[in-house]
Amino acid sequence: MSGHATFEPKNPALKWFESRLPLVGLIHSSFIAYPTPRNLNYWWTFGGILSLMLVCQILSGVVLVMHYTPHVTLAFDSVEHIMRDVSYGWLIRYIHANGASMFFIAVYIHMFRGLYYGSYKAPREVLWILGVIIYLLMMATGFMGYVLPWGQMSFWGATVITNLFSAFPVVGPTIVEWLWGGFAVDNPTLNRFFSLHYLLPFMIAGVVVLHIWALHIAGQNNPTGVEPKTPKDTVPFTPYATIKDAFGMVCFLIFFAWFVFYIPNYLGHADNYIPANPLVTPAHIVPEWYYLPFYAMLRSVPDKLGGVLTMFSAIIVLFFVPWLDTSKVRSAAYRPLYRQFFWIWVAACIGLGWLGSKPAEGGYVIAGRVLTVYYFVHFLIILPLLGLFEKPKQVPASITEAVLAKGKTAASPATTA
Amino acid sequence: MNMRFASLRSFTLAALTAATMLAGTGTSFAQDAHATPKPPRESWTFAGPFGHFDRAQVQRGFQVFREVCSSCHAAHLFAFRNLAQKGGPEFSEAQAKTVAESFKVQDGPNDAGDMFERPGRLSDRWPSPFPNEQAARASNGGAYPPDFSVLAKARTYEVGFPGFLFDIVRQYQEQGPDYIHALLNGYKDPPEGFKVPEGGHYNEFFPGHSIKMPPPLSADQVTYTDGSPQTVEQYSRDVAAFMMWLAEPHLEERKRIGFMSMIFLIVFAGLLYFTKKKIWRNVEH
Repeated sequence: MSGHATFEPKNPALKWFESRLPLVGLIHSSFIAYPTPRNLNYWWTFGGILSLMLVCQILSGVVLVMHYTPHVTLAFDSVEHIMRDVSYGWLIRYIHANGASMFFIAVYIHMFRGLYYGSYKAPREVLWILGVIIYLLMMATGFMGYVLPWGQMSFWGATVITNLFSAFPVVGPTIVEWLWGGFAVDNPTLNRFFSLHYLLPFMIAGVVVLHIWALHIAGQNNPTGVEPKTPKDTVPFTPYATIKDAFGMVCFLIFFAWFVFYIPNYLGHADNYIPANPLVTPAHIVPEWYYLPFYAMLRSVPDKLGGVLTMFSAIIVLFFVPWLDTSKVRSAAYRPLYRQFFWIWVAACIGLGWLGSKPAEGGYVIAGRVLTVYYFVHFLIILPLLGLFEKPKQVPASITEAVLAKGKTAASPATTA
Repeated sequence: MNMRFASLRSFTLAALTAATMLAGTGTSFAQDAHATPKPPRESWTFAGPFGHFDRAQVQRGFQVFREVCSSCHAAHLFAFRNLAQKGGPEFSEAQAKTVAESFKVQDGPNDAGDMFERPGRLSDRWPSPFPNEQAARASNGGAYPPDFSVLAKARTYEVGFPGFLFDIVRQYQEQGPDYIHALLNGYKDPPEGFKVPEGGHYNEFFPGHSIKMPPPLSADQVTYTDGSPQTVEQYSRDVAAFMMWLAEPHLEERKRIGFMSMIFLIVFAGLLYFTKKKIWRNVEH
């Protein structure tokens, strides 16, 4: 990694330590001297926001565990004990519950940004794939966390999702019993979900370290999609990116606080304030909002195994995006056709999310099928073909040239801060 | 136990089928379930960013709960000490103690190994009207009167598009009390052709319209000492406010801390913005 300045300790004690473990030097080169493109816009602050959310979830989660009891007869009331009797327990729990949603909002923006600006293209394929792995781990963690309060949606959500695995031939039922730790969702299920819900965030943290490592090897992409060529194209991470990230984070925290303090139950389901009851099925079993697009895909296929495979494929396909996109140009800013298809695809994802919250019947199913097909057409047909047929706009020679041209004409779209 | 597993399994399968099966050729959207009207949005003192409970209203609501609802509905998370807690009805500690002592609570075993009864204390929970769910069902025509502890947060209705998006900005979180208020005022004669099942009562706002709970409130049933109108409308409004407090006892504190946090964050964001501008002033970007 080449930086603007290298770390040379003056203090003799620090010198002694650095020669044995260059820890401060690593931090210095990663978060202070690290060169970042000067033209990054605010969509690039979501990486920092996500790190903040991970820390926030782990800290609030560790405190919640001090008061939570993972047992089917006690879990619901222990959560209410946190809400009522633990000092600021309501605050910690609402931060954790809404924090999960905020984490997903941030990760979706982060992923959409990567797809828009072609951040997955060479040499950042591994960086992208690590990101998809983090996303998968987040989905598993979020799902298991939602089960812990042991309300009606916890129980029935767990029942529906674990039952998906029974669709696999031969081994399906065995896998499901193994997941349950018995013959139905019950106390063993709750206990293992609790254990895994505590484990997975630390695995996420581990993959995040790899993700940041890979990022610092390849360097950040930027809105032009042109690699930095001279030191003029970049600025040192501190203070430039640090202050911008800090501002982005605090703005995000305002949004977060709005939910925590004023509408803390907006993103949850009222049925989860009813204690789990295996004998009463809720009228509509709905997963949390961030799984809804996949839930819609699952229900769009008239065959159970087909639905499960479709749902998993929707995530698996993301791993191959670096190779499905054949265009030489990275940024959608210089790809007039891709830009349009990108937004159509975003609209399709939002549409699928809305359909996922609706009952699987009539017109909703037909719309769900159309959008599911489109989701895959986007990745498997449109992305490969666009690279061959699209005529990209003239890409600037360098980041600095793009920045200066914009400063002069002020005609380019408002993607910069 | 075997029976339980068997029924669990069949329910699991039913849920699975419901969740994964397609409606296939059906073209109509569900009609029955969606025919329930939306509860009207009432004006509550605890709504909005500066929401707080109306002490007198929550106290009246508690009176309705105590004299009417609690004969069938439990509230097992409701402790007598909550009555004197800040941010709720805010009875004096002496008043809360008096309420507690009006109940006999089973305690024990004592040194001789016997269970004994003693007057309630502040730390005790509100005694449930029935010893278990089966007893409650047996006395209520097979229906289980739901526990009141968090009921105001456990009831909602579908707002629909695009209203649900505006509710983020409007900070609408009063679905529960709105529904409870509407339900308590929703008893009517069934419309032409609607057959209310045996033991049911027609209610406009109850999903499916047939509710086992008979109309619980009637005018002048509870005697208010503060001159508030003794109508079903007023009773239902008061008890809904009480239930919201019971479900969310720290609501006032939450909104108060929320306001302080917002001020802090907005000022902090402003400072960061200008610092950022200053740092970047010589770098075109």
